[in-house]
Amino acid sequence: MRRESSAKREEVFTKRLDRGIKVRTDDIYALMGWREIMYLIGPRIIPLIIIVLLMPLVYPNMYLIRTVELAVVYALLSISWEFLSEYVGLVSLGHAYIIGVGAYLAAALNVYYGIPIFITIPVATVGGAAIVALSFLPCLPLRGIYFAIVTLAYPLLFARILEASGEAFLGGTLGLYGVEGFPNEWVAYYLLIIVFIISILGLRRLLSSDFGLIFIAIRDNDLAVEASGLNMTKYKTYGVFLASLPACFAGAYMAHLYLSANLGNLALDFSIVPIIAAVLGGMGMTPLVGSAVGAFIITPVLEFFRALGHLRMVVYSFFLVALIVIRSEGIVNYLWRKYHQFYKEVRI
Amino acid sequence: MIGKLGLFLVYGLVDSAILILITLGFTLVYSVSRLPNFAHGAIYILAGLTAWSVLHYLIDIYPMAIVIALLAAGAVGASIYRFLVIRVRGMPTSELILTYVVSIGIVELLRYMGFIGAMYHIPMLHEALVVIPLLNTPIDSHRLILMAISGILYVFLWAFTHYTKLGLAFRAIAQDEQVAMMLGIDSDNMATLSFFIGSILAGIAAITVLPLGAISPEAAYDALIIAIAVCILGGLGSIIGTVIAGLILGMARQFVTVFIGTQWQMVVVFAAIVIILVIKPSGLFGVQKEIEERV
Repeated sequence: MRRESSAKREEVFTKRLDRGIKVRTDDIYALMGWREIMYLIGPRIIPLIIIVLLMPLVYPNMYLIRTVELAVVYALLSISWEFLSEYVGLVSLGHAYIIGVGAYLAAALNVYYGIPIFITIPVATVGGAAIVALSFLPCLPLRGIYFAIVTLAYPLLFARILEASGEAFLGGTLGLYGVEGFPNEWVAYYLLIIVFIISILGLRRLLSSDFGLIFIAIRDNDLAVEASGLNMTKYKTYGVFLASLPACFAGAYMAHLYLSANLGNLALDFSIVPIIAAVLGGMGMTPLVGSAVGAFIITPVLEFFRALGHLRMVVYSFFLVALIVIRSEGIVNYLWRKYHQFYKEVRI
Repeated sequence: MIGKLGLFLVYGLVDSAILILITLGFTLVYSVSRLPNFAHGAIYILAGLTAWSVLHYLIDIYPMAIVIALLAAGAVGASIYRFLVIRVRGMPTSELILTYVVSIGIVELLRYMGFIGAMYHIPMLHEALVVIPLLNTPIDSHRLILMAISGILYVFLWAFTHYTKLGLAFRAIAQDEQVAMMLGIDSDNMATLSFFIGSILAGIAAITVLPLGAISPEAAYDALIIAIAVCILGGLGSIIGTVIAGLILGMARQFVTVFIGTQWQMVVVFAAIVIILVIKPSGLFGVQKEIEERV
């Protein structure tokens, strides 16, 4: 990073150095006192507790609670998207399909067969993820842009099929109505939060395991993975399945929260907002956290734009194009750097 | 029965011509710049609505409207590459997301500007009823012109990429970008030009295909899916593959329309993508890329 100082016009370059406390607490965890413990757990725990867990107790505003719920739904989608694109190397342009499968599966089980809510949600989560993994299976042996192209087509085609079938198949254009709701608001809220925490911690844990390493290897060099005697298609299918779990849960949750599953569950919003959240929050440096935080930042902004109708998609697009073209590193990555490093100007 | 068979054969060919027209631009861009231009469908609709707007608000001369619409489409396509995509060239994820998002932006902007509903029509190029003699099938002259344009464009593209300097440069970039650059071919200029020409092809498709029905921005996504399906079926970046795949898919779609039901058209497209990916993932004519794309 070079910069010209205005006074003397001499060449100065900024050197980034890790803080001592980061170096001490980085790998070995030789923690010496509360300060270092707080340094480690502070940024991880405090936002979660204050904003998410205590918010409905301290300030029980229905609209605010719904916004946080939507933010967590988007955060689930975003970590699913980031897991798939950044760690398995499959860029999905149609996450609406995954959330739609979850929503329709939960709604169909509930409406057609009368299965209670606490069975439909787990069944729709796992079964939906399996359906998604199976339906993406044809393009998984390929690399390159095939996955992106095919995922782009899936939500549109799913919506076309629903429109074409009248009301015979899953309620057609009207959708499925009369889905059972949650027993009360607290269950709805804390179920979502708990699943969110489990998903993000679970996927992060998975990424640092041997199993997760295979995913990262597929992204970096798929031929090497094949050469190691591992079936790449199998692992990609697992990757899609694992990434679909949080998104399908989000779909099932939405169906039960809004008491219906309809074409709105396949709307473009669900494809594009996770991408915005991931790009805004930043990927790579802090696995999955960046996109989750991005979702929490972007959802209130999008709520603000909701009144714009069709123009809101234009605003989203413009925003995302700007973020990509200026090649933003992401808010979380920036903050993470500031938190762990200090800067020193060195004269050349 | 001969009536239905005639309908199937004649309109199957028309449908194939439509699919080929819509896909040619997408294929051209992909084969030159290795970039799936997801904004293709959006540019297609943009061209149609530009023609409509020029006719209704500026001048009532249809050829002028066509020229303006084509130039507008070309300019939008070229500027998408020149101002946006060029900045993230070489970062595949960003390229994909960028063209996809630009596409959504254009379509939703058109929708916001009030182009909703079935009241936007552009006139046919020529309107008269012709009866195909042997099959006894009535068809209007616009559809015949559409088929002719589709054929002419294919021949033109083939001649262009084989006998002109620019076309040869396109092929050089498509085959080996680095060697082409060593020979003094600017790959960014070529990609911009391919976007320009590809978008003009999308515009031509719009002028010929859209008069058959009402224009609505949602059709952009359908056009994109069609382009994608034909491209995957024929092999990404292969122009002859586009034609063969267009014929297969068009005939299949029309078969379903005539003998089963119109609403299943999209299912055919969908099934075509899945089946070809399972059987021969590189597409019918994507042989030379098989090793590269398949692991």
